[in-house]
Amino acid sequence: MDKIASLLGFLPESVVAIIMILIKIILIIVPIMVAVAYLTFAERKIIGYIQVRIGPNRVGPKGWLQPIADALKLMTKEVILPENANRFLFLIAPLLVLGPALAAWAVIPFNDGWILSNINAGLLYILALTSLGVYGVILAGWASNSKYALLGGLRTAAQLVSYEIAMGFALVGVLMATGSLNLEEIVNVQRGGIHHWLFIPLIGLFLVYFIAGVAETNRAPFDVAEGESEIVAGFHVEYSGMAFAIFFLAEYANMILISALTATLFLGGWLSPFEGLLPASVFEIPVLGSLLGNGIHWLVFKTAFFLLLFLWFRATFPRYRYDQIMRLGWKVLIPVTLVWIFAEGIAIAFGWTPWA
Amino acid sequence: MTFQMFLFYFFATIQVFAGLRMISVRNPVHAALFLVLSFVCAASLWILMEAEFLGLLIVLVYVGAVLVLFLFVVMMLDINIAQIREGFARYLPIAAVAALVMVVQMIWVLNDKVFKASAPPPALPEYNNTEALGEVLYTQYVLQFEIAAVILLVAIIAAIALTLRKRPTTKYQNPGEQIKVKRNDRVRLVQMKAEKNEVEPE
Repeated sequence: MDKIASLLGFLPESVVAIIMILIKIILIIVPIMVAVAYLTFAERKIIGYIQVRIGPNRVGPKGWLQPIADALKLMTKEVILPENANRFLFLIAPLLVLGPALAAWAVIPFNDGWILSNINAGLLYILALTSLGVYGVILAGWASNSKYALLGGLRTAAQLVSYEIAMGFALVGVLMATGSLNLEEIVNVQRGGIHHWLFIPLIGLFLVYFIAGVAETNRAPFDVAEGESEIVAGFHVEYSGMAFAIFFLAEYANMILISALTATLFLGGWLSPFEGLLPASVFEIPVLGSLLGNGIHWLVFKTAFFLLLFLWFRATFPRYRYDQIMRLGWKVLIPVTLVWIFAEGIAIAFGWTPWA
Repeated sequence: MTFQMFLFYFFATIQVFAGLRMISVRNPVHAALFLVLSFVCAASLWILMEAEFLGLLIVLVYVGAVLVLFLFVVMMLDINIAQIREGFARYLPIAAVAALVMVVQMIWVLNDKVFKASAPPPALPEYNNTEALGEVLYTQYVLQFEIAAVILLVAIIAAIALTLRKRPTTKYQNPGEQIKVKRNDRVRLVQMKAEKNEVEPE
């Protein structure tokens, strides 16, 4: 990074800064896009194996080119504008879903010092941005001028607002334990091996956060916004071609984001579980040492684990009925977080802080 | 003009424009969306003023929750726009007077010497907006803070009491009871002999 910066030395300083930021953004966005493409492939394969099928295996060796074929197909399809639809809102809605899902990555630390924007209110920034994604879905439902789409949009609005509260409270617990809103600092508090990670003292908040995260991304079993069997495809019933593809892109990008956030906040992000458990000499062995030590591969591994859970849920659970979703959100998850925060506050007041 | 100045004028212009469009646009959903735009610009201006906690909070609370519920309600309304605009000319003088009073008030308040102070020095890198705000809120202004909390609590209870109505025809489920149900409560297994086909084949 510094080498590239010094190569551009002939340019004014501010221009170099902007170019460096753009390079970093590309370095974050491109792997996410590739991950999204292959997450769709993984989803079809994994759910296929769970249901004793093979899954896609025709395009390319073992089906590995399937996501590229899908992308080409969606790009060449026609974007149909429904009659009397609100043209501007109809076309901008998919982008309103995708934008926040990508912008939130700016404050996630990938490794020691690998962070695009190390702001001190990172956690708040994430909460604010993830709450903006709902606009795209609501507007898509309204602008389509279709009854099913409107129903899907309304369902999403109520569901997302409900689960955001539980999600926010779960983050309050993390904030209380770490004493910081900065994500890098939150990771650094969890240094020192797997028993220092926050998911042990905050197990309840950890579970609530991930469940609320599944609900926020509109994934099964909370996918009433789409509800194929009730309201056709919900908010994106009128979308086709690339506009439809962007909704899916955003949904998968959001899944990866929630997984990475859960890993960062509760499972120590890029920290290795063996840190402090194995003797220091082990980490100096050439290849094995860097594999066992801290690094971005641990974040990728933890994120992949949570993504597997997303897919597993979809293959295992039947869809919740709407009133059951509301009950789970308001009467189960929110009380759990409130009690947990209260207990945590008492623990901190008495100086009993196992995470410190 | 520095970059900050440029950003200030950029967001301020959009905010004024969005505010004007919010009251002049015909469609209520569009009006709500212009309100969203205006809030986002306000948040950006606050972040420019190094009040990042308040800036992010306005996005989180107003844009992310309050206005979503606003849209939720507005989208379901079937508003006859012609009917709303009927009294526009009739109410215009009263509205103009109200607007004038507010403008005079704002000029008066903004001319106060509190706002005449020069810009404070930029904060140190380790300065934390959230922490600073929390410290004053929970020590110096703890009483006011608690009073505000109690008022909000009363408002919540009042809102629930106003909207809560039990209709005798509504059916409720008890999930606890549903989960407790055993097989024997619902299904009765009956032993019976296989029946013989009495009808002779022809």
